[in-house]
Amino acid sequence: MLQVSKLLEGDKRTAAKMITLIENDGEGKQQLLSEIYPHTGRAHVIGVTGSPGAGKSSLTDELIKRARGDNRKVGVIAVDPTSPISGGALLGDRIRMQEHALDKGVFIRSMGTRGSLGGLARATRDVVKVLDAYGCEIIIVETVGVGQSELDIMHYADTTLVVLTPGAGDHIQTIKAGIMEIADIFVINKCDLGNTKKMMIDIAQMLDMSPRFDGRWRPPVAETSVKNNTGIEELWSLIGQHLEYTQKSGELDQSVRNRLSMEVVEMAEEEVRRLLWEQFNKNGSMDDLLDKLAQREADPYNEARKLVQNFICQIPNGKEL
Amino acid sequence: MARKIRVLVAKPGLDGHDRGARVIARGLRDAGMEVVYTGLHQTPEQIVEAAIQEDVDVVGLSILSGAHMTLFPRIYDLLKENGAEDIMVMGGGTIPEADVKALIEGGWAAQIFTPGATLESIVDWINTNVNLN
Repeated sequence: MLQVSKLLEGDKRTAAKMITLIENDGEGKQQLLSEIYPHTGRAHVIGVTGSPGAGKSSLTDELIKRARGDNRKVGVIAVDPTSPISGGALLGDRIRMQEHALDKGVFIRSMGTRGSLGGLARATRDVVKVLDAYGCEIIIVETVGVGQSELDIMHYADTTLVVLTPGAGDHIQTIKAGIMEIADIFVINKCDLGNTKKMMIDIAQMLDMSPRFDGRWRPPVAETSVKNNTGIEELWSLIGQHLEYTQKSGELDQSVRNRLSMEVVEMAEEEVRRLLWEQFNKNGSMDDLLDKLAQREADPYNEARKLVQNFICQIPNGKEL
Repeated sequence: MARKIRVLVAKPGLDGHDRGARVIARGLRDAGMEVVYTGLHQTPEQIVEAAIQEDVDVVGLSILSGAHMTLFPRIYDLLKENGAEDIMVMGGGTIPEADVKALIEGGWAAQIFTPGATLESIVDWINTNVNLN
């Protein structure tokens, strides 16, 4: 039996087993999470996102090093894609972080996306909570290699890093909607490859055109090279500055509140969806209905409304939610 | 409950050939498993630590260096020290038959596959032996 008290004491095996249970939607998950919840909310969650091969894992490794240098306990959640064909996954982010494998102050967990399309797994948000309660002061969430619109990380992280590489796209790429809009800090990694200046200018021009940043945090651009070990110190200090800014301005509180309201409604949605399916399948005449729909004798729009009506009518009759 | 089998594929010690390990990792992925691959030159301590944090069901060791009689027992002992001996250890590589027998009988490895073993036989073995409860 998994005990929250052991998690709070920092028992590694308990943390790992709880993460598995949550990932697998195992029995007792909700109970466990509601017990954990009061002990969360302390960690600074840093999101690292960017295209495949941009150097997210290597950069994460460097951030772990800095956080450990400040004597902070670190959790890492590294997400890689699950195969839509087999359901399997190759989780390879750890390879870049093996230096910290034996450090008791570092906990690294790899996750497959398991069907989620937003760059993270459905369970990632809850795994953050486990690591938070486990005592991690810094939690780094590394997304899958993303394209332009896998943006879930913006809702989970307190500070989002968008990792770019020199020469990736012309200036039109920087003015497209999506990934370029969610950065709190831009990182031009692999700057040893040269030609970062053009990208710096493109980003600056994009930011100049947006009134969103007037009088507020304007995403700075860090130039890093993990290979030559340059720019990491500056990046680490920018991350600290961003946290301080959001704390002082009240933006952190606001985004935590937004995140929580999303969480509650999403969980409720999920539950209602499950109950609606139950109701729909329970209806003995479903085959008839599907026939009618296929024959165009009934239409999905009215049937959907009827389903909701029946569902709501049932609630006062003692249907337990 | 959507339980998935998790496997750590690891290369302990000094041999630098991970083609085999990568083929296995890929094959297990295609069989629907979640495979954590940690790369070359891992110490037994690193492997056990990763196995615990990743909460895997199986550790698969690829050893071509001849150091198997040292590495398997060391990893098993470390798992035990950490209360994690329920994680199964399997292996593959150029391991003589007599050593395979000794490692399995000694309880240091649950199963060992040698050159010529098919991916199917490895997948089947894992599917049969991982306790999904």
